[in-house]
Amino acid sequence: MACQGLQKGETLESLKRESETLKKKLEEERNKLNDVELHQVAEKVEVLSALSIKTRRVLKGHGNKVLCMDWCKDKRRMVSSSQDGKVIVWDAFTLNKEHGVPLPCTWVLACAYAPLRSLCLIMNGYLGLDNKCSVIPLSLDKNENLAAKKKSVAMHTNYVSGCSFTNSDMQLLTSSGDGTCALWDVESGQLLQSFHGHTADVLSLDLAPSETGNTFVSGGCDMKANVWDMRSGQNIQSFESHESDINCVKYYPSGDAFASASDDATCRFYDLRADREVAVYQKDSIIFGASTCDFSLSGRLLFAGYNDYTINVWDVLKGTRATILFGHENRVSRVRVSPDGTALGSASWDSTLRVSWSFSTGSNYIFRFIKLLFWVNSRLVLEFTVAF
Amino acid sequence: MSGSANVVAMKKVVQQLRLEAGINRVKVSQAAADLQQFCLQNAQQDPLLTGMSSSNNPFRPQKVCSFL
Repeated sequence: MACQGLQKGETLESLKRESETLKKKLEEERNKLNDVELHQVAEKVEVLSALSIKTRRVLKGHGNKVLCMDWCKDKRRMVSSSQDGKVIVWDAFTLNKEHGVPLPCTWVLACAYAPLRSLCLIMNGYLGLDNKCSVIPLSLDKNENLAAKKKSVAMHTNYVSGCSFTNSDMQLLTSSGDGTCALWDVESGQLLQSFHGHTADVLSLDLAPSETGNTFVSGGCDMKANVWDMRSGQNIQSFESHESDINCVKYYPSGDAFASASDDATCRFYDLRADREVAVYQKDSIIFGASTCDFSLSGRLLFAGYNDYTINVWDVLKGTRATILFGHENRVSRVRVSPDGTALGSASWDSTLRVSWSFSTGSNYIFRFIKLLFWVNSRLVLEFTVAF
Repeated sequence: MSGSANVVAMKKVVQQLRLEAGINRVKVSQAAADLQQFCLQNAQQDPLLTGMSSSNNPFRPQKVCSFL
């Protein structure tokens, strides 16, 4: 039996045995270095002061579930895609809708902004022939028929679940229900590299934040999170501790770790250099799956959107919940921190997007004081006019 | 013959495991200390953590204050 790469005497049985031994060895190696828990190391860190993060803007305009949103690098524009078949570009300051792009497919799963030019990326997928990823160049001319300029870049054999431009606008990374991830050249649409290793649908991917940007992490229905080398296609590290589908993966800002959000109602934190899970963010009261997560700029906070309509904000170091954001009236499908870290954007099945930010408590008191002064002033004026 | 396909697949699994078993790892105490240090170093520059004053807030509507 001529099988490539087989050593003499290797059979299915011997390979199975070796794989079992290797798996045990892997676990032993990882456990040897597990000398302390992250939250124990963080015991000496100051407890977070009460966060005053509140929803301050609600963007209405979609007619159906908002499935995805992303921030533009100019820090004020957001793009969102919805089951109503539209992609809208918003100005988050003025709440104006700058562009609305109608699409033939109603299941636009994701969208992303290109880093350099204002390229908006849209994905079509799910049923039928639409397992593609398309790119649309945005222009300021509102009369331009943007849908006509749509260009197909990626093609999978099943729905496309996630996408990201690489550090330049030239390449696109996609994840798919066909169990693979792929790297494409945007201009030619050519497949540059494919990544095999997941044994079920891949639901999410995230690029490592470094400028050299050579690795990315993916998570999927096989409950595994894999780290890949973009150039070689090699699966470098693999983490399997979730108990259900991983819906979202996101790198920690330093690039040395990543978080994942899962249907098992937990978010987990994995350190790449220690090669293991270092924290689990969970509460007995949280029983609904987490669909999305993102870090604040310093990595101290992890924002996670859940199917119980809430956004839980976790203290990454201590493992406790810092605060909870209410407001959405249906599942939270996406949370994203703005590029300068000032605001949190969230998209939901309730067809709205919300923008939340935090005021320092100092200015909170000043506002209240000024309001009080005006109130006192108006009361005094009233008293005087009545007297006279 | 499906048997050979299984063997090839298994071989891939074993090769992947060998690769993963061979990587260099650091102790969790070291990794955790570095994560913590990154957080603390950047904490002041994190507007969602520390809050923005109203003058820094880019979302603030540009209202003019007038005295009546």
